[in-house]
Amino acid sequence: MMTIDFFDNDLTSLHNALLNKQFTASELTKATLEKIEKTDDKLHAFIMTNPEIALSQAESIDEKQDFAHVLSGLPLALKDNLATKGIETTGASKILEGFKPVYDATVVEKLNQDGAISVGKANMDEFAMGGSTETSYYSKTANAWDQTKVPGGSSGGSAAAVAAGLVPFALGSDTGGSIRQPAAFNGIVGMKPTYGRVSRWGLFAMASSLDQVGPFTRTVKDNALVLNTIAGFDIKDSTASKREVPDFTAQLTGNIKGLKIAVPKEYFGEGIDPKVATTVKAAITQLEAMGATVDEVSLPHTKYGVAAYYIIMSSEASSNLQRYDGVRYGYRADDVKNLEDLYVKTRSEGFGDEVKRRIMLGTFSLSAGAYDAFFKKAAKIRTLLIEDFNKVFANYDVIVGPTAPTVAYGLGEEVDDPTAMYLADVLTVPVNLAGLPGLSVNAGFVDGLPVGLQIIGKPFDEQTVYQTGYAFEQATRLFEQIPDIAKED
Amino acid sequence: MGTGNFETTIGLEVHVEMQTNSKLLSPSPVHYGDQPNENTNVIDFGYPGVLPVANKGALEYGMRAALALNATISPFIRWDRKNYFYPDNPKAYQTTQSQTPIGTNGYLDVVLADGQTKRIRIKEMHVEEDAGKNTHGADGYSYVDLNRQGTPLIEIVSEADIASPDEAYAYLEQLRQAILFTGISEAKMQEGQMRADVNISIRPFGSTKYGTKVEMKNINSFNYVRNALIFEEKRQAEVLRSGGVIQQETRRYNEPTKSTILMRVKEGADDYRYFPEPDLSPVVIDQEWIDQVAAELPKSAKERQQDYVTHLGIEQYDAEVLTQTLAMADFYDATIAAGADAKRAANYLIGDVNAFMNKHQVELQETQLTPQHLAGMIKLIEAGTISTKQAKQVFEAIMTGEEPEAFAKKNGLVQISDPAVLLEWITDVLDNNPQSIEDFKGGKDRATGYLIGQLMKMSKGQANPGIMNKLLLEELAKR
Repeated sequence: MMTIDFFDNDLTSLHNALLNKQFTASELTKATLEKIEKTDDKLHAFIMTNPEIALSQAESIDEKQDFAHVLSGLPLALKDNLATKGIETTGASKILEGFKPVYDATVVEKLNQDGAISVGKANMDEFAMGGSTETSYYSKTANAWDQTKVPGGSSGGSAAAVAAGLVPFALGSDTGGSIRQPAAFNGIVGMKPTYGRVSRWGLFAMASSLDQVGPFTRTVKDNALVLNTIAGFDIKDSTASKREVPDFTAQLTGNIKGLKIAVPKEYFGEGIDPKVATTVKAAITQLEAMGATVDEVSLPHTKYGVAAYYIIMSSEASSNLQRYDGVRYGYRADDVKNLEDLYVKTRSEGFGDEVKRRIMLGTFSLSAGAYDAFFKKAAKIRTLLIEDFNKVFANYDVIVGPTAPTVAYGLGEEVDDPTAMYLADVLTVPVNLAGLPGLSVNAGFVDGLPVGLQIIGKPFDEQTVYQTGYAFEQATRLFEQIPDIAKED
Repeated sequence: MGTGNFETTIGLEVHVEMQTNSKLLSPSPVHYGDQPNENTNVIDFGYPGVLPVANKGALEYGMRAALALNATISPFIRWDRKNYFYPDNPKAYQTTQSQTPIGTNGYLDVVLADGQTKRIRIKEMHVEEDAGKNTHGADGYSYVDLNRQGTPLIEIVSEADIASPDEAYAYLEQLRQAILFTGISEAKMQEGQMRADVNISIRPFGSTKYGTKVEMKNINSFNYVRNALIFEEKRQAEVLRSGGVIQQETRRYNEPTKSTILMRVKEGADDYRYFPEPDLSPVVIDQEWIDQVAAELPKSAKERQQDYVTHLGIEQYDAEVLTQTLAMADFYDATIAAGADAKRAANYLIGDVNAFMNKHQVELQETQLTPQHLAGMIKLIEAGTISTKQAKQVFEAIMTGEEPEAFAKKNGLVQISDPAVLLEWITDVLDNNPQSIEDFKGGKDRATGYLIGQLMKMSKGQANPGIMNKLLLEELAKR
């Protein structure tokens, strides 16, 4: 059987191979599905694959020989909180087991239009609530670099699948770091676009004012190519921006001479693993060596970010998740006595602990007696965080720091300690609260595990963020390192 | 007002469905009476990942209502979520405007039974979405119909300025008329397009502290509201007189017994966990937009009544009848614009047209009558082309969509008023009836009756009797 190595081939070279008939889209899809079949018992990156639909899509592309778009005929994985018409979409929750949407998410529709082929639904934390993909109802995903470690989360399945070479790209969603942190833990590229850059229609909402869909890829250029397809205004999403979408690959020159980089001192404070800090600082030195100017700055309200985030996120989530009530779709408890019993039993049995924890936290934060002290105050902190960023961006092009305070930790290590898990979001949540674009690229390794370099940009300036990431990536070529799982044959 | 030594305080929250084409937050049609769940889509069903898009037209209808009720329109609208679980509420939250109502500090001047006008203040008005409908089947199952879910509502919250059940009734009737004349809703009670939540408390005269409120929700008849309040006034007074305490409770009105029934005692306020709706962008309303909506706002019933009385010489009572519905008033205006005599048009609408609507149980807009046809018939009468008697036949025809002039011609319903033609006939008849001329001269008035009979026979009933009578007398005098 033919094997196609996604480590030797980026999206552009896969595209060229299809154009040059080195292989067909069907062959590529088959090879991808076989690789998943062979490797995924060690990784559990997928909740399910959809071979028949994927193969029939590939065949139709082959028939038409329609490779006009760079993504035509290329396989990908979708995080399982993106609605796919006729294909089970669960949000990794028992409450949506067997649920088949009658509509596609806008990003899925756009990928379909460009001919990309989704081979399956990637594992995630239940309703994207978690940082390790361990709260999934279905399975626990392993890290591509060390299968005793977590892949990060909540988009852990998407990240691990790309890092292990099962698919050349994947989509995830990022509410408080759910793309950037698993990208960091798996040594790949993950982009959380500016809030409003990508339509949220069909993304199962966790926190509406924070959620954003974005791509996982092995390289920055690939990432920019995927964002080109999924970005843009959507009449079905009132929060989607009407701003014109540039070609995100346009500034990938490798040149960052004169780029003004700010490094917040708070991003190297307490709780940051010293080895991670050292690796990221070395990466920053590299950027400086390439001609960027680097200054230390302060984002003084960073320390309040996690608290504000957990209040706003859980408040919105508590409301968004009320629709899972067993009345119209999804799981419904048996043997209920009355309406209230139906609600209580369905939701008690259908949701996992982390989801319940956040529903309770959010319900409390919005309750009449607590609203002012919690939700309202969190909203004020959010404004202060935005002002922090605005001040820095008045003088700088990008902000750079670590993506996560540590490298991937052991499976089962933190899942029972929610506070520790929440604190690990300290470097990513301010970006969501401020609605900014944030990218994670591999900065190097600590004890054999990847470290993420986070690059934060001005609103709707993904281009400069990609420019910075690309220059670093091309200088270090860390993406050429391959995890062992991908070497086994 | 009040009962015995107590005075009554009433506040009303009225919900009116706004008849936009599509729903407040989804493109589904707004239409009453269709098969269950026919007018729904994935948004109405609250599927995972779906998002709302606010209907600008609904917001403008809300602005119309605010303008009609003299309210201040908020320059900045943010939507809020009101959270609660119920099967007819698929997202488990209602999108409303708790922090930034579309209108605040309005009022309605209500004419009471004694002719006095009382200003009822309106505290706030919200644009929000209606819920679906739960029904409980005989088969033991409950059914959810989401057709109504997401229909835009305007919620009108009065201050507790209403002092009696009769005032509440007058307020509701005149509020309905004010809303009707904004053109945003037909406010049909029987279709639930207008519903009232009522709260009432009583207190001893002179007391500065309000009594404990009792609430009744979703009453869809003004009579029921009045009856419920009358019952409550008495019930509460009896409780207080016998040394009891009014509990804060929700009650239900039961029409057969004309009484209210306890549903639940409230322990503290419901906590709906309101917070800003993150899926919708805030809306800025500037003066230009308000002016644009104001320009589209139809004239109110009161303004029109004044116009009719002052400029058209219509009696006040008739003007009130003509402005009972926007459809009638608009029809009347269009009939006048088409050239009809104002008084005749008013008489026809108030009389024959209303009678037709009552007889056939239809709304004016459901009939085939057009203002042009009604005006056409009236013009035929005015010009003497048809008699008022002949008009009866023409009226029946225009109610079935016929063009009046064509119908009259086709059926020979034409009155002959031309003096030359009439003179010819008169000369002919007089020449052939010398005896009658003698009788007339001899003072026998009956003689003219005979002659007119002959003339009508000759003209096949088409002679204009007024003109013919005049000419006949002139000709007789000459003989």
